[in-house]
Amino acid sequence: MSIKDEVKKVRDNVYEIPGSFNKKMRASGRLYLDDESFDALEEGAIEQIVNVACLPGVQRYSIGLPDIHFGYGFPIGGVAAFSMRNGIVSPGGVGFDINCGVRLIKSNLTIDDVEGKLDELTELLFKNIPSGVGSKGKIRLDENEINDVLDYGAEWAVENGYGWQEDLEFLEENGRIKDADSSIVSDKAKKRGIPQLGSLGSGNHFLEIQVVDEIYNKEVASVFGLEKGMIVIMIHSGSRGCGHQVCSDYLRIMDKAYKNYKINIADRQLACAPLDSKEAQNYLKAMYAAANYAWANRQMMTHWIRETFEEVFDKSAKDMEMDIIYDVAHNIAKEENHQIYNRREDVIVHRKGATRAFGPGCEEIPEKYREVGQPVLIPGTMGTASYVLHGTDVAMEETFGSTAHGAGRVLSRSKAKKDYDADKITQDLATKGIKIKATSKHVIEEEAPGAYKDVDSVVRISDSTGIAKLVAKVKPLSVCKG
Amino acid sequence: MKKFEYFDVTADIGFKSYGKDLNEAFENASLAIFNIISDTSDIDAKIEKSIEITSEDEVSLLYDYLEELLFLHEVEFMLFSQFDVNIEGNLHLKATIKGEEINWDKHERKTEIKAITFHKMQVEKSNIVKLQAIVDL
Repeated sequence: MSIKDEVKKVRDNVYEIPGSFNKKMRASGRLYLDDESFDALEEGAIEQIVNVACLPGVQRYSIGLPDIHFGYGFPIGGVAAFSMRNGIVSPGGVGFDINCGVRLIKSNLTIDDVEGKLDELTELLFKNIPSGVGSKGKIRLDENEINDVLDYGAEWAVENGYGWQEDLEFLEENGRIKDADSSIVSDKAKKRGIPQLGSLGSGNHFLEIQVVDEIYNKEVASVFGLEKGMIVIMIHSGSRGCGHQVCSDYLRIMDKAYKNYKINIADRQLACAPLDSKEAQNYLKAMYAAANYAWANRQMMTHWIRETFEEVFDKSAKDMEMDIIYDVAHNIAKEENHQIYNRREDVIVHRKGATRAFGPGCEEIPEKYREVGQPVLIPGTMGTASYVLHGTDVAMEETFGSTAHGAGRVLSRSKAKKDYDADKITQDLATKGIKIKATSKHVIEEEAPGAYKDVDSVVRISDSTGIAKLVAKVKPLSVCKG
Repeated sequence: MKKFEYFDVTADIGFKSYGKDLNEAFENASLAIFNIISDTSDIDAKIEKSIEITSEDEVSLLYDYLEELLFLHEVEFMLFSQFDVNIEGNLHLKATIKGEEINWDKHERKTEIKAITFHKMQVEKSNIVKLQAIVDL
């Protein structure tokens, strides 16, 4: 019998896996999917939702968001919250690319202003922002500086001349989680982090010049500072080798810990430790440090993007009003306080391929946005639209203030390489007015738009279920890929 | 006997490597890794690095060894093409690996590996040794 037969539809686009499905479940499972994506979903991903629902201290629901797909241990596009009293922490619930995230920068430029300058802009951005496998950042830190990056994140970057003081206000956590502790981060992670700081990375990471193509909610869009026809810049990048190493280090540590603490898990990659254990506390401090690294990284790239625009337009970035709209993390675990049934509870929320979508009134979001909920940035795939949504009360009530993070792959890379040709993709995009610049043809083929699930459907489900509501659609004009 | 082959996983890539013994299978796993990142036939064996690892079981040893390859690739900014692995008593590994500094004008630039996963990782010993791993791209 298929696990899907056990899943019940509770309302439009919301499915539930009852806690009675498996004796070990401590919570129910929930899936935010339309009928089509539910039918297409691999059973393995539903099993992973169930496995997570069996972990100690899990609260309410183990959640699959509209872009859920099979991951390692925990599914990608998943959220789970564990009680601070008797719960666990798991590196597998965050993923390898700690604080992989998205940043959106606005401008007062219009599509007419960039017309004719797009080639130059793209070439220069590609040159000024290192990307691709085996790329080094432009600066070389010493050992003390990497500790400051890990402890202070985007604050370090601003203090060192990368960007503006006011940028910090518009980053999740203000670009720095204070509980980070660089002394817990391994030398190996630091050594991988030092040469790569200030680089975009490879694979699905990108930098795009985009235009605001459609506004769905005028009132919220104006609070966010978005207008139709406005040029914006989106960065999708993470914590590079530094974060990957922190995850690997702690997967090994947790692999021993869960056995010591006699935690029953269905898959080795759910390895975890009780929240109050030394292993869990150290992981959190190291993971926060890697998250800080990612915020510093995106901050440095922001600075170089502004410099590039200044060079091309011969105007200051301030004159071009290149302010940050927001910066979200989509691979992270954080201590938060949520309403669980009729009580408030301190929990550690694991978001793996999930975007925080805090609703109106939350103190964690910038004052400017507090009445409407935080901006939620959902990137599309190469050459397709990306979306800006806003957080909602529904998300606070149902998904620990979370929604989807992107499209999610449907074709393997080798299949994508067989099915697509880099030159053809480049030409096709060119006919749509999109310029692409990449370090290799491999990445263009592997990242072909057809290799991913349709991001439009992902945001539609988010909007229709109310876990984040649509504000604007942005469309790429030029794409830099690692 | 094939040295290694790849298999598809949706978001990432997996490989199997083969050898007459554990040493050879580990060496061929190394080739599988560096042919994901680049093409090992263009990588000259000019600079030598050594690796020494002890792990608690064979699967962990494979994980730790492959992670070490990624670490040296990123930190030394090198690509490797020759591997000499010696595993003693199954859980203690010494390896000498040779390669050269990355030069993207010379070396093919394929894909960045983020990490090695434990997913479906296997060390299977019969008349030959077969290893299996999936890497996160």
